[in-house]
Amino acid sequence: MDTQDPAAPYRTDPRPTTSPDPARTDTGTGTGSDTGTDDVVVLDGVSKRFGSFTAVDRADFTIERGEFFAMLGPSGCGKTTTLKMIAGFEQPSGGRVLLEGVDVSRTPPYKRNVNTVFQQYALFPHMTVAENVAFGPRSKKVPKAEYVERVTDMLEVVRLSDFAHRRPNQLSGGQQQRVALARALVNYPSALLLDEPLAALDLKLREAMQFELKRIQREVGITFVFVTHDQGEALTMSDRIAVMNEGRVEQIGTPEDIYHRPATLFVASFIGTANLLPGALAGRDGDELIVRLESGDTVRAVGSNTSAGVGSHADGSPVSVMLRPERLRVIPAPGTGADRAVEPGGAAPGRSVSGTVDDLVFQGASARLSLRLADGTDVIANVGTDADLPFLRPGDPVAVTWQPGAAYLLAGRPPRPGASTTDVDQVEAAL
Amino acid sequence: MSAPTTTRGKVARWALNVYAALGLAYLFVPIAWIVMFSFNEPRGNYNIVWQRFTLDNWRDPFSDEGLTDAFVRSLQIAAISTSVAVVLGSMIAIGLARYSFRGSGPLNFLLVLPLTTPEIVIGSSLAALFLDWDVTRGFTTVVIAHIMFQVSFVALTVRARVRGFDWTLEQAAQDLGATPFRTFWTVTFPLILPGILAAALLSFALSIDDFIITLFNAGSLSTFPIYIDGSFRVRFPPQVNVLATTILVFSVAMMAIGLLWGLRDRRRNR
Repeated sequence: MDTQDPAAPYRTDPRPTTSPDPARTDTGTGTGSDTGTDDVVVLDGVSKRFGSFTAVDRADFTIERGEFFAMLGPSGCGKTTTLKMIAGFEQPSGGRVLLEGVDVSRTPPYKRNVNTVFQQYALFPHMTVAENVAFGPRSKKVPKAEYVERVTDMLEVVRLSDFAHRRPNQLSGGQQQRVALARALVNYPSALLLDEPLAALDLKLREAMQFELKRIQREVGITFVFVTHDQGEALTMSDRIAVMNEGRVEQIGTPEDIYHRPATLFVASFIGTANLLPGALAGRDGDELIVRLESGDTVRAVGSNTSAGVGSHADGSPVSVMLRPERLRVIPAPGTGADRAVEPGGAAPGRSVSGTVDDLVFQGASARLSLRLADGTDVIANVGTDADLPFLRPGDPVAVTWQPGAAYLLAGRPPRPGASTTDVDQVEAAL
Repeated sequence: MSAPTTTRGKVARWALNVYAALGLAYLFVPIAWIVMFSFNEPRGNYNIVWQRFTLDNWRDPFSDEGLTDAFVRSLQIAAISTSVAVVLGSMIAIGLARYSFRGSGPLNFLLVLPLTTPEIVIGSSLAALFLDWDVTRGFTTVVIAHIMFQVSFVALTVRARVRGFDWTLEQAAQDLGATPFRTFWTVTFPLILPGILAAALLSFALSIDDFIITLFNAGSLSTFPIYIDGSFRVRFPPQVNVLATTILVFSVAMMAIGLLWGLRDRRRNR
């Protein structure tokens, strides 16, 4: 027996739910600040420099109580350094870290009420599971009767009660992970910090643990802050995501925001697959902006006020239009005669681009269509596998269209025009 | 491996066995000889010609007072010097493994130096220093001399263990609210203890065993090896064999314990 079934119904455990927010019942270490703010962690202009290298550049954000917050970015973007500054393993070179409203920038880790789940778990190999979990309360001089009960409860929450007297090396990776979780959560931290918590697990277990983490978080009601380079993980699990790149926070928002309304070209290309078509601003029409693409098509796009201030840009300034593959539908190019595939009414003006079919890969429910625009830009569309698709052959002229609002405007020219993907799972699946 | 079938293969195998037997004999015959002669009833002052089997020597291992004194003194010296060297050496090892600082490279080199320098050089230069400073050579100077080479030895042995130490365990402990003091005693120390014990056993043996450095710095003091060397000129009592065999049995027992310990550890880690 290895892991629990992730689809198992959520238990209604009487104990943790009687105190829905254990942090507030904490007598040992709580700062009792729940009278004040719901901001558990505040980063106030936090920077970290190593010599001449800036790992984190003026990070500003607030993590609220009970949130599942992700810091997402490629390796070296500063997300782990940020986490270490919250935990206390690194001290900021500038700015302040506030925990429950108190400046802890210079407080050593053992005096901060946050706990970390390390990437490789860092379980104490010479202690049993129960001893590992009891380590925190014992360090804080919690009376024996109390910590024994807390350890028992927490092992139940992570479903490891039967393994209390095993040693970490007698457990599977997923079980070790849950010991690490229990060991951290038993301290009722203000926030639980998780450093790439799923990276050491294999793919299947990783998916199961995503559910497990969410379940545990719901059950204990503690703020989770986790660091990941896997956008799929971040999108699935988080309430809010901070996308980081080269030490800067590019955007903070809900998974939906970040996916559909990216603030920068980096966010657009890092999250999911995005077609980024370069062009120039050519005018406005109500809420929509007119863009003349380098491929020759003229399209309409929307841009939020937050999308790098596109609205204030002058005509002619370089912009990019983002199109998500799943929001595109295929239509035959005008004048080819294959009218059967044309939707009723055809494509509205400014809501299509045309090119030639490059490749078509059947994927079951959908097909992945690659087409090449006139300027050589590649566009990927995930299209429904209806009866007309088999008629498409490489080289056929074709067009894709979209609903109003699906084309999103971003300032600047993409470093690499066309379809971008950083979907690790897709790359893995292809290998 | 299947048994060789060709004649040539058989000859080669036979030759290999003979070679191995000779090698082992070369290593163990002198030791066996010492053990055997602890059961000899000597005639005259020298216990070097086999007479007949007796347990008398074992019944009375401390009959030679000078030898017993020297033996006890050696144990005292080893106990004191090992205790000091283990603490100092372990601290050096942890410091070197954990922090990289300016000068940690040269320091590594300096650590190896006492082990590679000929004992005669260390012994004579220390003696010259003590003479120059008008320090009377005796028990204290021997302890100081032993600590000197033991520290290097302990530091290198412990460092080998500490090198594989996962320092995130210390971070984890601090993260869970343990002070640096508690972190060391509950996490770091228990995990490197096997390395420290191994270093202690080995440096204890080095101290008991040391002759050259000790001779230079002992003054009129007589340790176990020095006493044996001195007595050999006039006599060779069987108690030498008895005490030497005792040390041997003790060492082998320690090694066995260490081995079993390691096996248990490995089984547990499976």
